[in-house]
Amino acid sequence: MTSVIVSSPYVAPGNSLKRLMLQVLVALLPGTIAYVWFFGPGLIVNIVLAIIFALAFEAGILKLRAKPVMPLLTDFSAVVAAWLFALCLPMHAPWWLVALGMGFAMVAGKHLYGGLGFNPFNPAMVGYVVLLISFPREMTTWYLPAAVSGETLSLAESIAYSFGSVDIGQWDALSSATPLDQVKTGVGQNIPLDENRQAPLFGNFGGVGWEWIALWWFVGGVYLLITKTIRWHIPLSLLSAVMLLSLIFYLIDPSIYASPLFHLLSGAVVIGAFFIATDPVSAATTDRGRIYYGLMIGSLIYIIRVWGGYPDGIAFAVLLANMCVPLIDYYTQPRVYGEK
Amino acid sequence: MTDNAEITRNGLWGNNVALVQLLGLCPLLAVTSTVVNGIGLGIATLITLVLSNTIVSLIRGFVRKEVRLPVFVLIIASLVTIIELAMKAMFYDLYLVLGIFIPLIVTNCAIIGRAEGFASRNPVGPAALDGLMMGLGFLVVLALLGGLREVIGFGTLFANAELMFGEGAQVLTITLNPDYGGFLLAILPPGAFFGLALLIVAKNWLDLRPVQRAEPVSAVPEGL
Repeated sequence: MTSVIVSSPYVAPGNSLKRLMLQVLVALLPGTIAYVWFFGPGLIVNIVLAIIFALAFEAGILKLRAKPVMPLLTDFSAVVAAWLFALCLPMHAPWWLVALGMGFAMVAGKHLYGGLGFNPFNPAMVGYVVLLISFPREMTTWYLPAAVSGETLSLAESIAYSFGSVDIGQWDALSSATPLDQVKTGVGQNIPLDENRQAPLFGNFGGVGWEWIALWWFVGGVYLLITKTIRWHIPLSLLSAVMLLSLIFYLIDPSIYASPLFHLLSGAVVIGAFFIATDPVSAATTDRGRIYYGLMIGSLIYIIRVWGGYPDGIAFAVLLANMCVPLIDYYTQPRVYGEK
Repeated sequence: MTDNAEITRNGLWGNNVALVQLLGLCPLLAVTSTVVNGIGLGIATLITLVLSNTIVSLIRGFVRKEVRLPVFVLIIASLVTIIELAMKAMFYDLYLVLGIFIPLIVTNCAIIGRAEGFASRNPVGPAALDGLMMGLGFLVVLALLGGLREVIGFGTLFANAELMFGEGAQVLTITLNPDYGGFLLAILPPGAFFGLALLIVAKNWLDLRPVQRAEPVSAVPEGL
């Protein structure tokens, strides 16, 4: 038996930014496929449009900054940001909405701060929040899952819809409140939660479709953990904060406060915990800091959902926590060995 | 003694209150959601600046150094109160729109800055001219920023012009595109910061352009 003798230095295969971003894209696939399965191929239009605009804006601003375009364009970081941004958008968003959001994300959110690695805020969330506060009507037109409405738009119809060549009124019947929206307005009108939950929108735990998509995000998140693309601190503390807060209030009054499972499986909590909050640039960098960071985002999500003006609050929570990152990092620096 | 041409150039461009000194940003950012609001506040500030500079210059020989700042503040506050009451009487609707930012002109650093930095050391003529030019520079920036935000945010120009110029001025309102849905961010506070930053960039770019033309690009040091 022969064995190959390898001498030192033992160097692990290079872990590049490109590899990291590709891992994230792989992890996003199952959830994205589930999303398309439940809500139709309009999502693919969103993703493709977002990637095209992200790359175009990034190339443009890199040229203006006199930086090399190709190496920075092919590191897939813009693609990941565009993909996450597209997942936040409502289905069948008009093309200019995607363009404007990606423009703000890439130019104002990323490159005005100095480019990748220097941005204090998560670029995808910057783009999303700009749109959310600027275009309340377009950004809150959500569509029913196929299982409820019985039909979704085909790919060709979605493309025509995005580019505005089809009359919007035609499919108005397909649009609806999201489950989180429904719960929020129901509480506002003093309708007991279990009565409200009778709407066809709701599945076993969260909304029809949404709950399964959330589970597939979870699968992708576990893949990221196994491949050590992300650490466990932020997702775990974020999900714990949401669960704990919602459990406390659920136990106090279940007719007003939705169950922890509902909160966990609705909206963007799971994808937020594994994919958005873990952005290596804008998140906290110490292990202890990451736990505080995750707890802060989780609590803010619950606070915004229950007492805030918006039905979901991942983007606001992440941006607010981004602001606190320098402070968190400052106070959680690990002790250097040998120092007091 | 500074000559009049230089005072004028400083006020309007070289030492512009809003774009170079970055003073009076609170009202600047808060009220410039439309051109009319911007011009309204700009004119109120302009009048205050001219009058305060004139009065401060007139009394500069009688006020002891130790108490000059309280005296300046008293003068400015009295002037602003007069202007506030006058606006209440003549342009009541505009007064309602501008609200708290009229009395807050008292705290506009640009005014006390000019009183302390220029008027208290110069004779009446140059001091009044300085107030006029600084005020005009501020007014122009307010109007530009208001126009920028109004066009992007609402797709109109000179909306609500009747607040300032009477009912006949409604014809002044220009709607650029009736189908424009509006871009709320430009009207909200972030839009003010973005807009002001763009104006400052534009000014710096205009200032730097001749320099770059004179030198070949390769002569610009790395990292400039």
